[in-house]
Amino acid sequence: MSAAAPTERGRVSPLVRLLESESVLATALLVPGVLILVLFIAYPFVMALWYSLTSIRVGEAGQFVGLANFAKAWNDTIFQTAFKNTVFYTFWATIFKLALGMWLALLLNRSFRFKRIVRASMLLPFIIPTVLSAFAWRWMFDPTFSVMNWVLYHSGVITDRLPFLSDGDWAMWCAVAVNTWRGMPFFAITLLAGLQTISPDLHEAAALDGASAWHRFWHVTWPLLLPVTLVVVVFSVIQTFSDFQLIYVLTGGGPANSTHLIATYAYQVGVASGLLGEGAALSLFMFPVLFAVVWVQLRYMKRMEGH
Amino acid sequence: MKRRKFLKATGAGIATTGLAGILAAHRAPVFAQANTVHILRWNDFVPAADKVLREVFAPEVQKALGLKLNIETVNANDLPARATAAIQSGSGPDIIMLLNNLPHLYSSAAVDVSSLADEVGKAQGGIYDPAAQLNKVGGKWVSMPWSLVPALIAYRKSWFDDVGYKTFPDTWEKYRAAGVLLKKKKRPIGQTLGNTFGDAPTFTYPLLWSFGGQEVDAKGKVVIDSKETLESVRFMTQFWKDAHDEGGLAWDDSNNNRAFLSGDVSASLNGASIYVAALNGADKFKTETGAPLHTDILHAPLPAGPKGAHAYHTAFNHMVMKYSKNAKGAVEFLRWAHTKANYDKWFVVQKGFATGPTREWENHSMWNQDKVMLPFKTAPLAQKRLMGFAGQPDKKAAEAWNKYIVTVMYAQAASGKMQPEQSVKWAAGELGKIYT
Repeated sequence: MSAAAPTERGRVSPLVRLLESESVLATALLVPGVLILVLFIAYPFVMALWYSLTSIRVGEAGQFVGLANFAKAWNDTIFQTAFKNTVFYTFWATIFKLALGMWLALLLNRSFRFKRIVRASMLLPFIIPTVLSAFAWRWMFDPTFSVMNWVLYHSGVITDRLPFLSDGDWAMWCAVAVNTWRGMPFFAITLLAGLQTISPDLHEAAALDGASAWHRFWHVTWPLLLPVTLVVVVFSVIQTFSDFQLIYVLTGGGPANSTHLIATYAYQVGVASGLLGEGAALSLFMFPVLFAVVWVQLRYMKRMEGH
Repeated sequence: MKRRKFLKATGAGIATTGLAGILAAHRAPVFAQANTVHILRWNDFVPAADKVLREVFAPEVQKALGLKLNIETVNANDLPARATAAIQSGSGPDIIMLLNNLPHLYSSAAVDVSSLADEVGKAQGGIYDPAAQLNKVGGKWVSMPWSLVPALIAYRKSWFDDVGYKTFPDTWEKYRAAGVLLKKKKRPIGQTLGNTFGDAPTFTYPLLWSFGGQEVDAKGKVVIDSKETLESVRFMTQFWKDAHDEGGLAWDDSNNNRAFLSGDVSASLNGASIYVAALNGADKFKTETGAPLHTDILHAPLPAGPKGAHAYHTAFNHMVMKYSKNAKGAVEFLRWAHTKANYDKWFVVQKGFATGPTREWENHSMWNQDKVMLPFKTAPLAQKRLMGFAGQPDKKAAEAWNKYIVTVMYAQAASGKMQPEQSVKWAAGELGKIYT
C-alpha cells in the first residue's frame, strides 16, 4: 500500500492538482456565472447608462449631453403619468397577488380530492406566454365585442358599453386585474411550499390552547411564512414595476396615454421613435426605485434572520 | 475519414476555400448571401397581396434575377422597433418597409435609391409629390415609395338614407348632425382615437387642418395653441359624445373593420379594407335585409371644416439598408418589382385598397371594374399637407407623429380626461419639447 500511493499520486494530472486548491476551484466555478452576468446584465446596464448621457438617435452616435435627457424626462407630462401609473399598477397588483395568492395557498394546503391536478392546473396562467394571455384578455375586454358587453348591450340591459379599455381608469384596473390573474399562481405555489414547511404540531398546540383559526394564522402561520413572503414580494415588485408586455398588448399605453408604464413609454420613445438616449434615460428612472425597494426589503429580512 | 479531410473534401466542390475556409471566415459564402434578399413588410390588410408576394413574386424573381426572396411580415405598429433594432445591431432585413415620414428618422442608415426613383417616376408619369417629400432627405431619395393607402370614409348608404342623408355629409357639422341621428338608432360612427399608426392620425390631422389649426408654422415655431385648434377640439369632444362609439378610444386599426362588418357602426374612416373584406366575404357579411353587405357600402372623403377639406393617406415605402451585405441585390429586386408588368400583379389584388406611387396607376383598367372603389383612384391628389405642416415632414414631425400628440390631444378631450383648452395647451407643451 505504502509503495503504491506515490505512484497513484504521480498519475494525477496537473489540472486536477490545480483544482484541488479551493481558491482555484472556486474561481473556476464562478467564472462562467460572472461572465454571463457581465455580458447580459452589466454590459447592457453600462451601455444604457452611457446612452442616457448622450443625444444618441437611431443610426447617429450623438454627443455627450450630461443629464439633459433626465431633465427632459422629468418635465415630460407623459412620463409623469407613466411613473404614477407604474407605482399604482405595482402597488395594487402586488397587494392583490399577495392576498389572493395567500388565500389560494391556504386552500391548496388542505387535503381534498384531485389535489395534485388542481395544484398543477393553477400554474396555467403563469405558464402561458404573457403575450398570448394578454391577447385573450384584450379580446375579452374589447370595447365592442367583449363577451360581457355584447350580452348586456344586445339584450338591452346597457345602452352604452362598459368602457373596459376605452376609459383610462377602467383600463388601468383591467391591467391590474390581468397582472393579478397572471402573477397570483407564482405567489400561491411559493407560499404553499412555505406552508408545507410549517410543522402541523404548532397548529395543533395552538388549537389545544384554544386559538381560533384566525389567531392560528396570525400568530403561527404568518410569522413563519414572512421570510418566504418577503422574497416573493421582492420578485413580484421587480417584475411588475418593469412590466412591458402586458400593457403593450392590452392597451398600447392608451387611451390617451392613460396606461403607459415607464417601460412602455421608454420603448415608445427609445425604440419606436429612435431616440435611444432619451429612451435609456426614461428606463433608468426605474433603477433607483427598484434598488430602494430591494434594499429595504433585504435589510428587513437580514434583521429578521438576526432575531 | 478524419474530420480535417472531410472538411477539405466537402469544401472542394463549393469554392477554392472549401467548407473549412467558410468556417474560418465566420460568414456564409458570398454567393449564398448575394442571392438572398430579406424584406420586412407589414401584414397587409389585404392578405391576398402578401400571397402574391410569396407565391408569385418570390418564384418569379428567382427565375428572373436569381434572387431568393425571403419575405417576413409583422404588425405595422412594430416596424419602427424592428428598424431601430436592425440599424443599431447592423444586421437584419435588407429592405425594411417604413410608413409615412419614418424614412426621415432612419435616413442615416439608408442606401441612396435616387436613380431607381427617378427611373420609375420618369417611366410611370411621375411620383406623387407627398410621396417625394416623405422619401427624400437632403435632395436624395432615401427610400422608394411603394404605395399609398388612401383613407376615405366607408359608410352604410341605406342607414344614412334612413336618417335623411341621401348624399354623404360634406361638412363636419352635417356629419355630426347625421351621426346624432344614427347613434340614437344604435348605429354610431366608428372612429379610433387610440395610439395606433393609421386610422387615428389620418383622421385627426385633417380634422385639425380643416379648422385652420396646424402644429407649427413654416419656420418650425409651434403654433398649435390657437383658437382654430381649440375650436376643432371642442367640436370633436361634442361630436364624440353625440355621434361616436366611445369604445373607439381603445381601438387599433383593425377594430373599426370588425365593428363595421358586424353591423355595429354606420361609418368609419378607413382604407378600402372594409369594403374589400365585405366583397370577398359576400356570403358571410350581410345587411339586416339579407343582402350582401358590400352592396350597401360607399366611400366619401372627410368632410370640410371652416378652412376647407383635407386628407391624409398612409404612405408605404421601402428602405434599402446600408448595413445590408446585398444592397445591390435589394435595389435590383425593387427595380424588378416596380416594373409595370410585375407591380401590376400586386396592384390588381389590392382592388384599390392601395394605389401606386405614380400617376400611371390612375389609368389602370382595374378602376373600371367597381364604381364603389372609384373615389380611391384619385384620392392621393387630394393630399396637400403632411405631418409637421406648415414645416417639413422631417424627424421632428416623425417624433410628434410617433408620440401620437395630435391624436392624444383630441382623445384627452373626448374622453373627458382634460378640458379642450387644457388638452390644446398640453399638445403645445409636448410639441414645444420636440421643436426646440
